[in-house]
Amino acid sequence: MSSLSVYNEALDHDFLLRPGNTNCGGCGMSIGLTMFGRVLEEAHEKAVMVIPACCGIVTAGAFPTTSYQTPVIASTFAAAPAFASGVAAVHRLTDNPAHVVCWAGDGGTYDIGLGTLSAAAERNENIIYICYDNEIYGNTGGQRSSATPPGARTTTTASGKREPKKDVMSILAAHRIPYAATLSVAHPEDFKRKVRHALKEKGLRFLLMLSPCPTGWKSESDYSVDLVRRAVRSGLFPLYEVFDGARYRVNAAPDGLDVAEYFKGQNRFPMDSLDLSAARETVAKESARLKTLAETWPAEATEGMA
Amino acid sequence: MALDIVTGNHAAGYALSRAGEANRRALGAACGIYPITPQTEIIEYVSKFPFTKGAVVPVESEHSAMGVAIGASLAGARAFTASSSNGLAYMAENIMVAGYYRCPIVMVAVNRTLGPPWNIWADQGDTLMMRDLAWLQFYCETNQEVLDTTLMAFRIAEDPRVMLPAMVIMDAFIMSHTQCETDLPDQTLVDAFLPTCDVPHRTKVEHPTTIGGLVWPLETVSQRLEVDEAMARVPEVYEEHRQRFYDLFGRDPGAAVQPYEVTGAEAVLVATESIATTAREVVKRRRARGEKVGLLKLKMFRPFPDEQLNELLAGVPKIGVLDRNYGASVGGIFGMELRAALQGRGAGALVQDYLTGIGGGDVTEAMVEEVLDDLLARTRGGRPVWKGVKS
Repeated sequence: MSSLSVYNEALDHDFLLRPGNTNCGGCGMSIGLTMFGRVLEEAHEKAVMVIPACCGIVTAGAFPTTSYQTPVIASTFAAAPAFASGVAAVHRLTDNPAHVVCWAGDGGTYDIGLGTLSAAAERNENIIYICYDNEIYGNTGGQRSSATPPGARTTTTASGKREPKKDVMSILAAHRIPYAATLSVAHPEDFKRKVRHALKEKGLRFLLMLSPCPTGWKSESDYSVDLVRRAVRSGLFPLYEVFDGARYRVNAAPDGLDVAEYFKGQNRFPMDSLDLSAARETVAKESARLKTLAETWPAEATEGMA
Repeated sequence: MALDIVTGNHAAGYALSRAGEANRRALGAACGIYPITPQTEIIEYVSKFPFTKGAVVPVESEHSAMGVAIGASLAGARAFTASSSNGLAYMAENIMVAGYYRCPIVMVAVNRTLGPPWNIWADQGDTLMMRDLAWLQFYCETNQEVLDTTLMAFRIAEDPRVMLPAMVIMDAFIMSHTQCETDLPDQTLVDAFLPTCDVPHRTKVEHPTTIGGLVWPLETVSQRLEVDEAMARVPEVYEEHRQRFYDLFGRDPGAAVQPYEVTGAEAVLVATESIATTAREVVKRRRARGEKVGLLKLKMFRPFPDEQLNELLAGVPKIGVLDRNYGASVGGIFGMELRAALQGRGAGALVQDYLTGIGGGDVTEAMVEEVLDDLLARTRGGRPVWKGVKS
């Protein structure tokens, strides 16, 4: 196949993220954006995106060009769910079928935008909110956020972060929103099913995606998908979904892969001082907690499966 | 038309709601609402209004109230909100976005003292803090003027030659909570005055654009320059719609700058909002006694009407500015801007600033008399004069 025919084939796609953008190699956010775009394309649905300050808006590139093939509104850092609420209100008034999607990093979700997101969740705004969590302020060079895991070195935690990672999924689930789920770019079928369910659901849908950042994680760019797989297998990033904040389903239980197998490929974790036993304990507790939730309050067999 | 006795807040809520309702023929209306004294009644009014095609989103902060308005405006709806004081300060980041995203949002702002300390009374420091964020600003004197100017604000903001947000401003309590006779126009008249809202850069899935991505300095210069040019077109657009308003409602919504007995005056006071009413009474009395004094009411502060001010104040030897606001170390902001506008134009007038009613204190006729006496006796301008200081 000539390179020209590849290019022509590419033009047949209704891209969310166009080819030729300048994102870093191995950027988990770019992979997720592409996967999300494919699901939208397959479903023949459109989206208007609201993106706060984060790598996701730098992705567009410099004016007058843009890498997005869908309408995008850049919002202020804390206000993506508020901007999106305004767009969603008008879509409702005018029967506009396009989805309103917030695409935000962990800084905009766990930290500065949490209050705004909480309010939009409480109002159950008709928004799909996707957080690509690279566990740092990536766009500003890799500072700690409340999503940074313990032990990780960032430019503001030189000897490794001491505090645990904020459990934003539980916070969102506590708002009794119709759908909250974690997404893995290493589990495409699961990813696709969850996004499809989110597209069918109404109200505030929250999707949390682990997003390797080779620049900030000091990892190899061809290793990103593998890293996410290791995070899921070790139980550090459990794949699960919550319906109405009440019914749980665990999609992939940890398979016994040791947490060290996830940490060691990333130079952000100083292996000599990393508390592996604490990490193992955290994983064991979290896995048990989710297992208990899913057994005590299970999702209905068919929900989210169509 | 119906004459009624209503507060400034009621007049504002009435105008915002009717203007929103008028856009039912297009993409509807939407607003984010959040309470703060003394504007709360405005958003309460709006939240109760039975819109045919409107959405009222009760958000968790002023920052988000403006966020909702921006989202709605960029989706093509007529958008508005109301706020006050520290609420405006908290909203500031998104106020700026609305301006530079060229969203024709209308916000009624009730002037309240910025805290701390905690003070709910009238002071213009809150809206003046927002003077450089690409919004039009109209300072109103009466409840009727609030209503009329709110309708005018939509018309001007949405005019394709302008496409900028507008703030309609009144004093806390003196206007917001004081009932006065006000003409409340029927929906049909509002419909006739306001064409449907068309935001040309609204989001369209068939024509995707990225609003607000990265730019370089060169594009930023162009963008700022475009705002400057749009601002420069406002005085003419304002007069055009003022005439249209008069033809339709049979009432003058008021000029951008309103002179009273300025011709041949030796001393002219410059005032805004309800202070203008008090000052006009004093000027009227002194004129009757043969004193050559006048009043210039400044209604439009953004864009700053420097041409009109220069024209109207040409040859006036003494100008006294009544500022109900305090810019730390410089004094009154209206005074500072007026001095800058007249400077270098050959007017050579004495411009003296008077800080009156800071923090909501009463600006009485006696106080204005003192100001005039001081101004007339002056041979040169000086530091701002504080009035109403506890002795």
